[in-house]
Amino acid sequence: MAPGRIESTTTTVVLFDAARPLVLESGERLEHVEVAFETWGELNADASNAVFVCHALTGDAHASGSDVDPGWWDTMVGPGKPVDTERFFVICPNLLGGCRGTTGPSSIDPGTGSAYGLNFPLLSIRDFVTVHRALLAHLGVKRLLAGVGGSLGGMQVLQWALDAPEEIAHPVVVAASSRLSAQNIAFSAVARSAIMGDPEFKDGLFLDSPDAEGPRTGLAIARMMAHITYLSEQAMAEKFGRRIQDGAEPRRRFGVDFAVESYLEHQGSTFLDRFDPFSYLYLTRALDYFDPFAEQGALSRVIAQPTRFLVVAFDSDWRFSTSHSRRIAHTLERAGVPTSFREISSPHGHDSFLLEVPDYLDTVRAFLDHASEAAHAS
Amino acid sequence: MRPDLEVIAGLVPPGARVLDLGCGDGQLLQTLIQQRGCSGTGVENDPESLIAAIRRGVSVMEVDIDDEDPAGLAEFADSTYDLVIVSQTLQTTRRPDRVLDHVQRIAGRGIISVPNFGYWKHRFQLLVGGRMPVSSAIPHPWYDTPNIHLSSLRDVETLIAERGFEVQEQVTLGRDGFAIRTPVPNVVASGAVYLLG
Repeated sequence: MAPGRIESTTTTVVLFDAARPLVLESGERLEHVEVAFETWGELNADASNAVFVCHALTGDAHASGSDVDPGWWDTMVGPGKPVDTERFFVICPNLLGGCRGTTGPSSIDPGTGSAYGLNFPLLSIRDFVTVHRALLAHLGVKRLLAGVGGSLGGMQVLQWALDAPEEIAHPVVVAASSRLSAQNIAFSAVARSAIMGDPEFKDGLFLDSPDAEGPRTGLAIARMMAHITYLSEQAMAEKFGRRIQDGAEPRRRFGVDFAVESYLEHQGSTFLDRFDPFSYLYLTRALDYFDPFAEQGALSRVIAQPTRFLVVAFDSDWRFSTSHSRRIAHTLERAGVPTSFREISSPHGHDSFLLEVPDYLDTVRAFLDHASEAAHAS
Repeated sequence: MRPDLEVIAGLVPPGARVLDLGCGDGQLLQTLIQQRGCSGTGVENDPESLIAAIRRGVSVMEVDIDDEDPAGLAEFADSTYDLVIVSQTLQTTRRPDRVLDHVQRIAGRGIISVPNFGYWKHRFQLLVGGRMPVSSAIPHPWYDTPNIHLSSLRDVETLIAERGFEVQEQVTLGRDGFAIRTPVPNVVASGAVYLLG
């Protein structure tokens, strides 16, 4: 444990039960919803220093960690980091439909006593936010100083700020999209085909047979392909080039030969230990349908109760290119919502939002420093 | 605050929604918000300035004014601001005429502040010294300057009229950027601020 690091432990809380079920946007109900979350730092006396972190597709509650147990967003969240755990009370839950402690499709359906599998209802980004808001109420926080998220995390922050701007004073939306393009949906479709087309998927019934391995090949392929879209061509060229993995000479046969192949295979296989194929299906599907600005009166709440947005994109991100973020920023700006927008120059592609990119981290720091100052002044 | 920015601030109607093209570190917008009850957005493309403006609590958008449709100023919708400020920026853009068209479209009203290449000191340096002028108004050497479209005040006034604007107010600036009165601004002024409508 590094000196001065404020440790956190994962807590699980039941936020919805039979008496108070979670009603999804689709109208379907979940009668038992547990949420795994971590917090860092201390909530101050007037509860004005809370910052909510929303994770991306395959993240979890462990946003910030120690040297031996790193968090997925240690560049952003921690002591002295832009989301400063020494000043802010930071909350990060695993999202609904996930597989890292929060109720998801592999959880037990209390109605049947066996895992939901494909009987789990389809989810929307708004459903994730509904659960986040319940967690916030559980923690006794009425208004967040900021909500921060990258990629799918940024989409949750956006939806939250549109639905309940009074709860989130400074939304930070990084490398996100307000509407997936055909290409984005196409990538999701191939990932899901890999999982559902794996013979071990067995139409989703593999959970019922105790010794079944599940669609491991399909899930690994989905992850491998997704990883290609998270890096820029330049980042891949710099990281791997055409380097041969073992030895100086190529073996010239199928199987792993190039370094990039070894990397992707590693990403795919390590993913199997920590991720659930059903969560992958449900979460990617929620992304596909996300289109918050298309709703009637989508902006009416945020116009009535303006919050201050920060929208950030990376110039080498082709998963959600700058035009996605620019659309978010200008849609808000045109409606008169105070919005700052940055297009950060970074060679790392979509993954930039997780990496040490000084211009980006300085921007978020400046935004949150002002937010904190303004909260103290008021 | 820079004296020419003080002049601009004095021309902005209280409560106006302002778009500031080339807003730098957001000082002018912050002053307008705090002292004149304005709201608005800055446009800038220098990372350090953008971070400084965000740190002040000013909303800024990283936009390259020179980008053509669909990026650039085209992203700002018609009639979404009361006023567009173009302070010491017009001469740095690739197409000042198109920038004025955007001002017309976005707000129909603008304040522009420009250096005067026709300033007597500039004329003198070119005429007698035979070299491109360098002064407090245009402080950069010719080979390394953001000012790629220098003009005299008369040139600017011609362009303003061509783009369908009327000069509603004009403030001429002296050597240090303070307002001065002169019958021959195109020679005596180091720059000018125009309120366009």
